[in-house]
Amino acid sequence: MELKDKLVSSFLAFENTVDVDTAVHDIRSQAIKTFEEKGFPTKKEEAWKYTSLNTVLKHDYSIFPKEENALDFKDIKKYFLHDLDTYKIVFIDGKYSSHLSETTHDKIDVCLMSSALTHEKYRLIIENYFNKVAPKDGLTSLNTAFSREGAYIYIPKNKLADKPIQIIHFSTGNEAAQMLQPRNLIVVGENSHVQIIERHQSLTDNPVLTNAVTEIFADKRAIVDYYKIQNDNQNASLIDNTYIEQHAQSVASVHTFAFGGNITRNNLNFYQKGEGIDSILNGITIIEGKQHVDHNTLVHHTEPNCESHQDYKGIFGEKATGVFNGKIIVNKEAQKTNAFQSNNNILLSDKATINSKPQLEIFADDVKCSHGCTIGQLDDNALFYMKSRGIGEKEARALLMYAFANNVLSSVKIPQLKSRINKLIATKLGVNIGFDL
Amino acid sequence: MLEIKDLHASVEGKEILKGLNLNVKAGEIHAIMGPNGAGKSTLASIVAGKEEYEVTKGGILLEGEDIEELAAEERAHKGVFLSFQYPVEIPGVTVTNFMKTAINETRKAQGLEEMPAKDMLKKIREKSELLEIDRKFLSRSLNEGFSGGEKKRNEIFQMAMMEPKLAILDETDSGLDIDALRIVANGVNKLKSEDNAIVVITHYQRLLDYIVPDFVHVLYDGKIVKSGTKELALELEEKGYDWIKEEINA
Repeated sequence: MELKDKLVSSFLAFENTVDVDTAVHDIRSQAIKTFEEKGFPTKKEEAWKYTSLNTVLKHDYSIFPKEENALDFKDIKKYFLHDLDTYKIVFIDGKYSSHLSETTHDKIDVCLMSSALTHEKYRLIIENYFNKVAPKDGLTSLNTAFSREGAYIYIPKNKLADKPIQIIHFSTGNEAAQMLQPRNLIVVGENSHVQIIERHQSLTDNPVLTNAVTEIFADKRAIVDYYKIQNDNQNASLIDNTYIEQHAQSVASVHTFAFGGNITRNNLNFYQKGEGIDSILNGITIIEGKQHVDHNTLVHHTEPNCESHQDYKGIFGEKATGVFNGKIIVNKEAQKTNAFQSNNNILLSDKATINSKPQLEIFADDVKCSHGCTIGQLDDNALFYMKSRGIGEKEARALLMYAFANNVLSSVKIPQLKSRINKLIATKLGVNIGFDL
Repeated sequence: MLEIKDLHASVEGKEILKGLNLNVKAGEIHAIMGPNGAGKSTLASIVAGKEEYEVTKGGILLEGEDIEELAAEERAHKGVFLSFQYPVEIPGVTVTNFMKTAINETRKAQGLEEMPAKDMLKKIREKSELLEIDRKFLSRSLNEGFSGGEKKRNEIFQMAMMEPKLAILDETDSGLDIDALRIVANGVNKLKSEDNAIVVITHYQRLLDYIVPDFVHVLYDGKIVKSGTKELALELEEKGYDWIKEEINA
């Protein structure tokens, strides 16, 4: 059976396992209809021209976790930022692991979507925010239809989340192939601040397909920093759909570190609903082999005096392929918008590919918008310069690549995270650089 | 120290050096002068190990050892240093981190332990004072946004840090005002010893007032066509290169 049919026909069984007596029930029922109608995207769609899901969709995925799997912390410690005190929301094969997690209800809620969707005390928030900013495309609707578990984070107004929050999804590989559909809702009140680090990690080479949806609301003057670490196994594919609605003078940043996996597609969407908003989208992609990473971004400016800053760096080795598709829409009302976009790429091999495409739709006349895209190789003169100082070929290349990615790294606000990313990059490049940039 | 014998070299099929001979002994300073396009920078790059150049004939010996097959970094490990005519900007790598990496990579290749951080800092302080370099400068990205003079001063700072046996200064005087020229020349002279050698490549006599050469050579059309002492540089400054060209062509 095709995956689409399998999913659609599983919906009734799924419904029986969740509470059908809520408003969410209607949302799910509508969503499965939308998915049935639209299905998975194909390369015929402009936004999916360079990314095909065909090879990923052919596996016979297990759609629901059959049993609760346990993991020992010592075996998976390395995937956590463990030198930093954080809240943790951890899932194993889509099921919440209370053993590995550290949640809170003390002034802020850092807990589970399954609780939020079923408990009365969260009803208002769910009604006001759940499935509100997410659009009704096929993949997002599919996630909505099966939405049951994920992270639920609610920071009321004038609160500072006292430590960063790690959201980690493990897949154990106990199923021959596993599909996961985590659903996160993050609501950040006026003047509040939160930092979130998210990771998807499969522990074997069995195929995993994750279709994740994260909705984020940043109220007036809220500050949201979101870091995505994508360094998964070669058979793990990720479709990461993130939708952020920002209100006046809020600042939201998303850093995406795409270092591995099979096919990774990031749909990152910012919707500005107020004045004086800043949206920041940063990414570093370092891939090789036949890995594929597609960054599909949207920033929609609707009101005056807002900014957006996009800086994506990519390093592609062997037969790796990359896509950057960055869309900026500036409405007629959004005068004095400053929108910047830059996408720089280094191809390390003749067989590596990058497709980079800016899309600017500007309807206001008093705006500053710029975009730039470069594709190149490492600079031979710079290599010779470094080598002439005694730095070996491999180290010189790595140093240049570090330097290339450095702008993006320097905007990471959590020092332990920055140091971890530095180490991941060093490991990727196979060198030991004796300092943090 | 450096012995170049009948060196022929070409880039993309075009012959640039056409039988060049040069013999530099430890403790000596040699100046190489010549008109534009004579092959001066090519010579510097070839000795330092730039790969685009193909040596078609002849050889380069460093302390009697043929270094022609060695990569640029291996030559650096053996004590070759090139002060670049156009130092390359490397955004994201600070001067200090670059030097730490360069010195420790070189020490590693020489079978030595990494230099302790304390010693490294001390050395950086000493050498930056020698070149009158502001400390803030050391935490800036390498050559990024440096003025022409700052770049050249930074090259000599690197030379001071690396303590090479053979230093080739390629047009180090270009872009320097007179004060900077004095500081740079003073630095070079302090680094000079009986155990190392310096080859100064320049268009102009000006630098040679401060770094006084033992020998002056004229490079023209890929060959050394005339050699002499420092008086030759003065003569070139006064009369230009045309008389040399006439002598050759006659």
